[in-house]
Amino acid sequence: MAERTLLAGLRQWLESLGHMASSKIWRLGFAARFFVYILLHSGTAFRRFGLTIREIYFAGVLSLIIILVSGLFVGMVLGLQGYDTLQRYGSSEALGILVALSLVRELGPVVAGLLFASRAGSAITAEIGLMKATEQIAAMEMMAVDPIARVVAPRFWAGVISMPLLAALFSAMGIFGGYLVGVQLIGVDEGAFWSQMQSSVDVREDIMNGVIKSVVFGVAVTWIAVFEGYDAPPTAEGVSGATTRTVVTSSLAILALDFVLTALMFTGGNAR
Amino acid sequence: MASAPIVEIENVSFGYDAGRPVLHGVSLRIEPGSVVGIMGQSGCGKTTLLRIIAGWLKAGAGRTRVLGEAVEGLDSKGIFALRRKMGMLFQFGALFTDMTVFDNVAFQMREHTDLPADLVSDLVMLKLEAVGLRGAAQLMPSALSGGMARRVALARSIALDPRLMLYDEPFTGLDPISLGVIARLIRTLNDSLGQTSIVVSHDVEECFGIVDYVYFVSAGRIVAQGKPQEMRRSGEAFVKQFVRGEPDGPIPFHYPAPGYEADLDGAGALSSLPAAPAIHG
Repeated sequence: MAERTLLAGLRQWLESLGHMASSKIWRLGFAARFFVYILLHSGTAFRRFGLTIREIYFAGVLSLIIILVSGLFVGMVLGLQGYDTLQRYGSSEALGILVALSLVRELGPVVAGLLFASRAGSAITAEIGLMKATEQIAAMEMMAVDPIARVVAPRFWAGVISMPLLAALFSAMGIFGGYLVGVQLIGVDEGAFWSQMQSSVDVREDIMNGVIKSVVFGVAVTWIAVFEGYDAPPTAEGVSGATTRTVVTSSLAILALDFVLTALMFTGGNAR
Repeated sequence: MASAPIVEIENVSFGYDAGRPVLHGVSLRIEPGSVVGIMGQSGCGKTTLLRIIAGWLKAGAGRTRVLGEAVEGLDSKGIFALRRKMGMLFQFGALFTDMTVFDNVAFQMREHTDLPADLVSDLVMLKLEAVGLRGAAQLMPSALSGGMARRVALARSIALDPRLMLYDEPFTGLDPISLGVIARLIRTLNDSLGQTSIVVSHDVEECFGIVDYVYFVSAGRIVAQGKPQEMRRSGEAFVKQFVRGEPDGPIPFHYPAPGYEADLDGAGALSSLPAAPAIHG
């Protein structure tokens, strides 16, 4: 009797595991088809660019405060920590290189991406999810207007355009923060700070690779955000769950993609 | 010669999944210029029927012709083309909350036509005047009462003068004055704009007051049909229970349960519920 109960329990567990795995794979496939559908229906987002500009304001411009303030503080901390380490080896003049490379290669795209996912990604998911819950998406379909073209695509492209700009501003503010702490507060030589940075930061190897990263993160975060919103169950609980999933999945995607891109891009100096 | 029906449904069956049939062999015919009610209790399948007419859901079996087109054979472009000849009023209006009343009503004109801005403005004002809300053109939906929001949604749904209007529970959650206003507007707009209207509702008095013909749906089947006065006199058990609002009848008051005695003895359904947590005092 006990064996039969155990077997039944095991079978039930395996069934639920299989069901969970197949539903996750099915959802991933739906997300991929959704991505292709967005690309195919992006005409409106570019023909009527005003729609995309409006979303750039909501996703990008309204994220400026958190991006700029965070960038400044991250740069200031880098200045302090970097100086503390570099001065042990008598190379505190290299502070400019350390701050700039850390920000342009890694921290700019990654931290700006994480902040963008929390600030703009969650807002996009909540907005689309609530539009669905209040039948606004259904009303649009009933009026023979494709909601993917009218609602989703402009938000998607707004995110893709905003993300690299925000990452660049984050890095610029971070370098300024490093300068404030390193040069103005601690007293590192200003000429060495800027000139070493200028001679060591490569446009193609460092800056362009950082830009590529931020574009990839922009695509990933905004795709996840619009998909979660569009796929959210039309209830308060459903929208709340979708918003949480956007932040968690986007953050993990950024970190995983960062590792993959770093492995592909940076060759430990061998390429130079 | 009789004119072709605007909507013709023959033996339509539908289920969201195999184990959950919603409609069974439904047939109905809606003549041009009429206001037709589809009535039944919540969850009986009447909104599903409306969604099949709108091409939202594809029937599992049967034939659906709307405005002369077989809905089953249409692709997404064909469905969108068909919907441009239809309007739909949603249960709670479904206004775009980031747009003013004016922009909500202008939405379809801007999306589907190249009309100059001043002409769009004139048309929007005409539609808003028809529902008595021209003065509210610059308000946001959040500033409107439930009845006003429903009237704006009505103005939006008739923006491109649709031939067929679908109303999904248009009277839900309205105060008596707004309810009367919406009911009168449905009838007036239908007659003055030469439309055909389908009203899905469970509000007997309001619906009977404006419709020419009514279908009663119960458990996914059409159980009765006729003119409102005929339905008031109907001897059909479900119609009698529904029209008079009786708590018990073919739709039972009690949810199916095992014998009452078994529950009182602690051996029935209640005994399978988890035990309440112990209170430690």
